[in-house]
Amino acid sequence: MFESFPLWPQRASTIAGQVDALYVFLVLLSLFMTAAIFTMILIFAIRYRRRPGVQAEQIEGSHKLEITWSIVPMGVFMVIFFWSAIIFFKQRTPPDGAGTVYVVAKQWMWKLQHEEGQREINQLHIPVGKDIKLIMTSQDVIHSFYVPAFRIKQDVLPGRYTTTWFHATKAGTYHLFCAEYCGTQHSGMIGQVVVMEPAEYQAWLSGGGVTQSLAQTGETMFQQLGCATCHRTDGQGRGPNLAGLYGSKVTLVDGRTLTADENYIRESILVPGVKIVSGFQPVMPVFQGLVTEEQLNSLIAYVKSLNPPPSGTAGTPSGVPAGAKLGEGQVQ
Amino acid sequence: MATAAIAPEREDYLNKEYGIRSWLLTVDHKRIALLYLISITLFFFIGGFFALLIRLELLTPAGDLVQADTYNKLFTMHGQVMVFFFLIPSIPAVLGNFLVPIMIGAKDLAFPRINLLSWYLYIAGGALMLYAILSGGVDTGWTFYTPLSTSFSNTHVVTAGLGIFINGFSSILTGLNFVVTVHRMRAPGMTWSRLPLFIWAHYATSIVMLLGTPVIAVTLVLVVLERTLHLGIFDPRLGGDPLLFQHLFWFYSHPAVYIMILPSMGVVSEVMACFTRKRIFGYTFVAMSSIAIAVFGFLVWAHHMFVAGMSMYAALVFSILSYLVAVPSAIKVFNWTATMFKGSISFDTPMLYALGFVGLFTIGGLTGLFLAALGLDVHVTDTYFVVAHFHYVMVGGAVMGYMAGMHFWWPKISGRMYPDSWGRLAALIVFVGFNLTFFPQFVLGYMGMPRRYWDYSHSPEFQVLNVLSTAGATILAVGYLLPMVYFLWSMRYGKPAPANPWGASGLEWMTQSPPTTFNFDETPQVTWEAYDYENIPAPVPEEAFGD
Repeated sequence: MFESFPLWPQRASTIAGQVDALYVFLVLLSLFMTAAIFTMILIFAIRYRRRPGVQAEQIEGSHKLEITWSIVPMGVFMVIFFWSAIIFFKQRTPPDGAGTVYVVAKQWMWKLQHEEGQREINQLHIPVGKDIKLIMTSQDVIHSFYVPAFRIKQDVLPGRYTTTWFHATKAGTYHLFCAEYCGTQHSGMIGQVVVMEPAEYQAWLSGGGVTQSLAQTGETMFQQLGCATCHRTDGQGRGPNLAGLYGSKVTLVDGRTLTADENYIRESILVPGVKIVSGFQPVMPVFQGLVTEEQLNSLIAYVKSLNPPPSGTAGTPSGVPAGAKLGEGQVQ
Repeated sequence: MATAAIAPEREDYLNKEYGIRSWLLTVDHKRIALLYLISITLFFFIGGFFALLIRLELLTPAGDLVQADTYNKLFTMHGQVMVFFFLIPSIPAVLGNFLVPIMIGAKDLAFPRINLLSWYLYIAGGALMLYAILSGGVDTGWTFYTPLSTSFSNTHVVTAGLGIFINGFSSILTGLNFVVTVHRMRAPGMTWSRLPLFIWAHYATSIVMLLGTPVIAVTLVLVVLERTLHLGIFDPRLGGDPLLFQHLFWFYSHPAVYIMILPSMGVVSEVMACFTRKRIFGYTFVAMSSIAIAVFGFLVWAHHMFVAGMSMYAALVFSILSYLVAVPSAIKVFNWTATMFKGSISFDTPMLYALGFVGLFTIGGLTGLFLAALGLDVHVTDTYFVVAHFHYVMVGGAVMGYMAGMHFWWPKISGRMYPDSWGRLAALIVFVGFNLTFFPQFVLGYMGMPRRYWDYSHSPEFQVLNVLSTAGATILAVGYLLPMVYFLWSMRYGKPAPANPWGASGLEWMTQSPPTTFNFDETPQVTWEAYDYENIPAPVPEEAFGD
């Protein structure tokens, strides 16, 4: 234990080095400021210790000094702000064409669904060198998906999706922690992220006897739940045609327009009456409580797979169209 | 000898009346301050006991000392007791109650009966909290995050929530009392620009108490309503929004940090001035920075929520505002340091605590810059880095300031001197113990250890730092027990205190120790500026202490 006394976790993602660089800068800045203040106090304490016959010199203050030590820190703070904001922007913006893994958190485990159909618990296998976007939700309380080696963390909320992404740079096994206190076994809600070389990862994918991709599972559900009756692809159904829906602009009956992202599709399945698409009647039944989070993920994966694969990123299952990002589904 | 003139039968607020009724029905702000002192000390030791159990559990990676549920209750109740029943009332309700009227030359606070009511509300809230603890405890984390607290926890959330709700009114009424007192009760000549910085700090604190506390009160009521009547407010299954809770909670709980730290800053200004024999460098800037902190402090709450699922653009705004609020804090540190320049500095116990405050608050403030940095916060939020940071501010800052103040004004409060050498030793022990406890936690946090983990057997590399932290906590405990012992000792065996043992400026030192019930024999006329140390001779320490 004493042989290795690390000061930071392993760096295993593209963002990790950038976060560490800012950290090191702030550590040096703090060391400098602490040393400066402590040295001043020490020098004054010795130099101006009370001696008989020596009076303190009354000094009112100095506007020049006050302005200096307000403006200079403010300038330094702004450098930190912009530097950290740039990193944050990258952390929060998944690149186009990232592979998707769906995460469902519950007290006290992580359930993960790959687009290819693999399902895992408390373990996430991913290839090195690929952008991976996580679409996460919780079945119960708030959790937080934290991989220290990737320097990413994102709270996972019930009733909505949050996302994060990473690009692993080094094969290995890394800690996955729940970082938001979630009840009795909070500290047991841990897992591993296994980053594999691409060939190894392909071997892992083809093992396990998975026959259906997530979208195919979703398609089966889509038929079983009777969705296909109204959501017809020929445009003659009582519900909107879902082909090309994901990432597109939708106009509602009240005239608002929004971008159809995962949160929108989720809400439209669970409580369809909230946002009715212009030109349609509120006839769809409520599915709240009838589908599990995992089933919902497969349905969403299916809806997304109805989009034509965007040119240039062929080969990515259910490619994400440019401009469609999660969390921007607010009414515009 | 200054002490020779003091006759034993002299009347003061302590010996004017005896008996339990004379205390429980008192409207004397000084007696109420002592009632608070006794009650918050009780809660401090309850909260401290929980902290020691937490540190003992973390000595080994495995969860082996207590059960997971017990551990969760320990950190929850440690936080609730320390924040709501010790830190928030600490300086305002004890030192503020005692000193605000005397420092401005008043006989009492503006509303003496409301002041007593505040204490009873505190006791009622505290009793409910104790009941929640004794009947099984609470396990939601002191933050009460929903929907865990409203729909999932099987513990005494409602009792604890109502306890904190009632206690909140104590805070609101104390704030109201201080604001009115400072506006209306100042002695002739005590202009705003002559107010001691302790008063400015309490004025700023009172504004935060008045404006912030109602929000946490409403929020806790909403938690209770959702939990008992299943009104859908925060739980998405009932149609609520869990992030709404976090916004409401931090809208109070971030400014609450300033309720804890601002009064400490006021104490440090008084102590620094006295033991450097100087007017505080940049009086106006120090006074105005208190107000600036109180105002900006209301605009930064969501920096606790950068990874909570909030919009990226909102995060940018809250990050930049957080840097803005760091500036007035920096101004204060620079001014205190500059105050020492060309002073005539002595190192009595209060000064050692005040210097300790400046050192620890500097580290606490600087590490705040890490957490306000968006891209870095993503990695360190909800880890031990945050735990270390806020303990540096709230314990290294607020509690060090409280200790500085207690040692500075104890002769005034009790009429007795404590042994200064023991005081200095305790200050040193606290400083060493504190740093050993909390500094390793910065490293632990960056290494990725999440907070509120009962078991870390998956990461044995965290153990060394945890052992250091636990060792520090035991030293810290000794440092906090020592003053308790010698303060009690001094009440019986300490030398009687003269009116002004430190040769300090300020009206509180111009009346006898302890003061009479109405503080002054006649209303003082203030004709001098604050910190008039040019005209006050420094004391000869041997006379005061005799050691």
